[in-house]
Amino acid sequence: MVSNDFSSDSRSNRKKMSSKIVIAGGFGAGKTTLVSSVSEIPPVTTEAIMTEASIGHDDNSITPHKTTTTVAMDFGRITVDDELIMYMFGTPGQARFWFMWDDLVRGAVGAVVVVDCRRLADSFDAVDYFETTKRIPYIVALNKFEGLLEYTPEQVREALEISPEVPIIDFDARHRSSGGDVLKTLLRYALEHNRASEPVA
Amino acid sequence: MSFRRRRSNRVRPFTFTGGRTRSRHPLMVQTLVSTSEPGQEPPSTLMPESINIYRLCRETRSLAEVSAELNIPLGVTQVLISDLAEQDLVYIHPTITGSSPSENQVLERALRGLERLFQ
Ligand SMILES: Nc1nc2c(ncn2[C@@H]2O[C@H](COP(=O)(O)OP(=O)(O)OP(=O)(O)O)[C@@H](O)[C@H]2O)c(=O)[nH]1
Ligand SMILES: [Mg+2]
Repeated sequence: MVSNDFSSDSRSNRKKMSSKIVIAGGFGAGKTTLVSSVSEIPPVTTEAIMTEASIGHDDNSITPHKTTTTVAMDFGRITVDDELIMYMFGTPGQARFWFMWDDLVRGAVGAVVVVDCRRLADSFDAVDYFETTKRIPYIVALNKFEGLLEYTPEQVREALEISPEVPIIDFDARHRSSGGDVLKTLLRYALEHNRASEPVA
Repeated sequence: MSFRRRRSNRVRPFTFTGGRTRSRHPLMVQTLVSTSEPGQEPPSTLMPESINIYRLCRETRSLAEVSAELNIPLGVTQVLISDLAEQDLVYIHPTITGSSPSENQVLERALRGLERLFQ
């Protein structure tokens, strides 16, 4: 960039790169619990002020009335190796915040929809978002709150209209290794997904 | 047991306020930023928030971490970092999105890393 005289330290530092996984789901489904059980740092909360983008225009400067709202989201971090950091971003659970996901989802390697089986209907918005936009690979993770699941994965698939290829697994959001299994399942699926789809221009 | 999913009529979503940036580099919440020349003092012409970002990013951090540590909303952080990048004061690291097959190697590395970390 400006000059060539970076120390070797900052030059090797430049190899560092990052990626993101989105943790979505209904209100109180266990998103933050999952983030904190797999993260190497306690979940960090950050705020965004969101502005409603104009409908049908790319330039929102011409929108006469802009609606703004402040939302908080939490994230965690996993240092995968000395060059790669992975962030997990939890979406706010409240249904009225679903609209912000585009900014959160953009550039994500994949998403996990955390489902509380006792309140299946709360997961509609999240599943619908990923089924409709088809932008990134996603998996569904059924959180076993009391160690029991009231429905089988296939019943959940049918109820929530989850595509046949989307993996559905059960897990315990409070346990690190169980949360790790969820992340591994997502990455394996994202890799398959990439291999199956030809490069897009 | 059957639910009918409400296929909501999706209008354009909300975006981070100020999120429109001039940067050539994609600046997402997970994107890592580091000060180009960590040994140097920030130019005195910078705004106080930008000076804080310059100093903080002497150690590599994500945009979201900068936002949280300095208590600046994400969209504003995005704009400030974008301006610093335009002046070559900070370096924007590559972000792996997994959307191109060339990134599969990195995703495989990530998977191996997770398999090592979560046995
Ligand atoms: N018993 C039990 N409780 C859980 C489990 N997962 C989460 N909880 C509890 O359920 C509550 C909600 O979990 P959170 O992780 O905060 O859920 P969330 O999806 O982040 O919630 P919002 O961000 O408010 O939408 C918390 O009190 C958790 O301690 C679980 O597997 N078993
Ligand atoms: Mg939460």
